[in-house]
Amino acid sequence: MFKVKVYVTLRESVLDPQGKAVTQSLNSLNYQEVTDVRIGKYMELMIEKSDRDLDEVVNEICTKLLANPVIEDYRYEVEECVAQ
Amino acid sequence: MKFAVIVFPGSNCDVDMFHAIQDELGEEVEYVWHDTESLAEYDGILLPGGFSYGDYLRSGAIARFSNVMKEVVKAAEAGKPILGVCNGFQILLEAGLLPGAMRRNESLSFICKPVELKVETNRTIFTAEYEQGQTITIPVAHGEGNYYCDEQTLAQLKENNQIVFTYQQNPNGSLEDIAGIINEKGNVLGMMPHPERAVDELLGGADGLKLFQSIVKTWREANVVNA
Repeated sequence: MFKVKVYVTLRESVLDPQGKAVTQSLNSLNYQEVTDVRIGKYMELMIEKSDRDLDEVVNEICTKLLANPVIEDYRYEVEECVAQ
Repeated sequence: MKFAVIVFPGSNCDVDMFHAIQDELGEEVEYVWHDTESLAEYDGILLPGGFSYGDYLRSGAIARFSNVMKEVVKAAEAGKPILGVCNGFQILLEAGLLPGAMRRNESLSFICKPVELKVETNRTIFTAEYEQGQTITIPVAHGEGNYYCDEQTLAQLKENNQIVFTYQQNPNGSLEDIAGIINEKGNVLGMMPHPERAVDELLGGADGLKLFQSIVKTWREANVVNA
């Protein structure tokens, strides 16, 4: 069993209105050192071992459903864990 | 002409759409549930606004994998008129039937008000009854209508006259004031404003009715002898 942690964020080239609002808010709280905030989504997938290559499966899942490649980027981390 | 109003769990403008077609336009219309296996009997497909599947993950992301969407793709390929309004537009984008994607409104607010639109082209089956360049008033109601596409796609949209409606005063930050676009073939239109909410002066305006009348007129001309 694998635990796959997927992070989806807006692509660098795409303005993130939520992140911009949070940046401004942090600046107004006197955290002037914060220059940018990007808001994204975090998902945990439990995936059973199968014949298919895990990276292939995860990339397929991400491009098909979890992220919209037109505006979003994704990355993921894999942890092997014992099934409960 | 027989229309289908596709109903997803979370659609909430389906009744308005049904009313616009049946009572104001005077055409045949049926509600069609999202797990329907065939749309063969319908001449026009309408994807209404709302919050299909609670907008989980992204607006339209889950709805686009529902059973009926395979049929919507087939209908699009067959050249049937397909109109997606608001969440319906978002679903068409997620399904890849139209290019681009929606971001949160620039202001982060849910915007619900009548807006002025410019009819950028009346050479479509959806806008034939409008004047070229005409200003019409149609309400918007959305939190994610901030249209985005890459430069290459934008250039293609312009070159092929696929930008059908633009905002006179951009309410949401959308690229190039885009409010509605059509596919290259000219039979799939997505728009954020709600024409079905502007079909009777009692509702504050009837500028949306001509959009539906355009669909019916061009369909009759193509499909009915002696139309």
